[in-house]
Amino acid sequence: MMKIEAIIKPFKLDDVKEALNKIGIQGMTVSEVKGYGRQKGHKEIYRGAEYAVDFIPKIKIEIVIAADRADQVVETIREAANTGKIGDGKIFVIPVEQALRVRTGETGADAI
Amino acid sequence: MKVQLKSLLTAAILLAMPFSSAVASEGLNSGDTAWMIVSTALVMMMTPAGLALFYGGMSRYKNLLNTFAMTFVSYCLASVIWVMWGYSIAFGPDKAGIFGGLENMFLAGIGVDSLSGSIPTYVFVLFQMTFAGITVALVLGSVVDRMKFSAWIIFAVLWVTFIYCPIAHWVWGGGWMGNMGALDFAGGTVVHINAGVAGLVLALVLGKRIGYGKEAMFPSSIAFTSIGAALLWFGWFGFNAGSQLAADGVAGSAFLVTNTSAAMGALAWMFAEWLVDKKPTVLGLASGVVAGLVAITPAAGFVNLPAALIIGFVAGLLGFYFVAKVKHKLGYDDSLDAFGVHGMCGLWGALATGLFANPAVNEAGKGLFYGNSKQLWIQVVSIIATAVFTAVGTLIVIFITKLLTGGLRVTEENEVAGLDSSIHGERAFEI
Repeated sequence: MMKIEAIIKPFKLDDVKEALNKIGIQGMTVSEVKGYGRQKGHKEIYRGAEYAVDFIPKIKIEIVIAADRADQVVETIREAANTGKIGDGKIFVIPVEQALRVRTGETGADAI
Repeated sequence: MKVQLKSLLTAAILLAMPFSSAVASEGLNSGDTAWMIVSTALVMMMTPAGLALFYGGMSRYKNLLNTFAMTFVSYCLASVIWVMWGYSIAFGPDKAGIFGGLENMFLAGIGVDSLSGSIPTYVFVLFQMTFAGITVALVLGSVVDRMKFSAWIIFAVLWVTFIYCPIAHWVWGGGWMGNMGALDFAGGTVVHINAGVAGLVLALVLGKRIGYGKEAMFPSSIAFTSIGAALLWFGWFGFNAGSQLAADGVAGSAFLVTNTSAAMGALAWMFAEWLVDKKPTVLGLASGVVAGLVAITPAAGFVNLPAALIIGFVAGLLGFYFVAKVKHKLGYDDSLDAFGVHGMCGLWGALATGLFANPAVNEAGKGLFYGNSKQLWIQVVSIIATAVFTAVGTLIVIFITKLLTGGLRVTEENEVAGLDSSIHGERAFEI
């Protein structure tokens, strides 16, 4: 099993979700995060006091999937989240030791 | 026969009806009284609602409730102190032009039917009380985020008693400044210069917030600040137009110039900021409104419309320049700019009154542009006297407060954790 962790621009979430649904991925975990890479933050000025706001809001999507589907999922997310501009995000693939369904106790491939 | 009876009856009825006093002469005027009760309510709202939101929104989130608390408790303290001894010190029988005697302590000697001019004295007492409340609340704007709540309470009690009340007496209560001819319609010196200088002194003694100048200190809610400014604007109609103590033409004129100055101040600050910092901010609009209102306060019942346009415009520019540029160069932490906006724009307003006071608006005031060069100097004297008395007096009050509370400032740990949790054990929002 593999975990796909994708950091994307917030407004791209709907596109990514739809694209994943089309290839049969029905579940995911989504969180609001902040971060920066090459995309610079912005400046805010309050009565002359200037503050640099480095962190930019992003969305993190986490999906655990069978290892043989990982490549397909990664490519689907990449295509849907891509805008061609700096700040589009990153996708990581991490191996998963074990998975378990809370309701039934099923493990492994039956759990995801 | 029938016709005669009818006309006799009509005459009798007409003669029996009391004449409605369209012209205020002696005795209670219900129009004035109704207006002054409403005015008082308007000014009351300025403190726990308007100012609390205005200041609270500019405080950091972790101190939002503390700012509300300091503002709210200020009004409550002033409410009680005023009717116990404050009114008497400010408006009691004059002693050597410096303060009023304690003959009216607990409002002794004043009854339900007592009149001050054409309104019940009780209404006058309460109207003036709202001014004491907001003046002391303004001072806290310089020291948010770092003062002990107990210290603030003691400071407020002493400050209203020994600083606000005497100055109010000097200008409005029959004291030396009023007798000298100083013009202060609704409180340019009594309220704004007074609070602004006191705030600066308190800020300098307390010291800068930890991380000031290095750490980002984001305002918790510009939306709150904007609503607060709007409520202050609304309430200021009572503040200025109500200071005529009557529902008449001068009140109407004060009403007109108050709104005009506020709007001009907002626009001036907005355009200045747009030019200099490239973005027009809502904080700038809200701040400009207050700058314009502060400046017109001493002038409200004395100046005409063109003067109000100028006064508001200059106030907006002055406020922006002082707050956004000068303050950072000088390096002091007047957190919410009580000195920058209230002190400086109050100063401009007091001087402007000496320039623009127009006898055609109000025969009580004649400024430089109407041939009276003495007025400007009287204004300067009143500004300096207020500033000096407040600066020295506030220092003494601070010293006494420090003795009684073992220090004004919260511990470093509490300051970093935030005063909402460390002092009040509360959160502003459940997010």
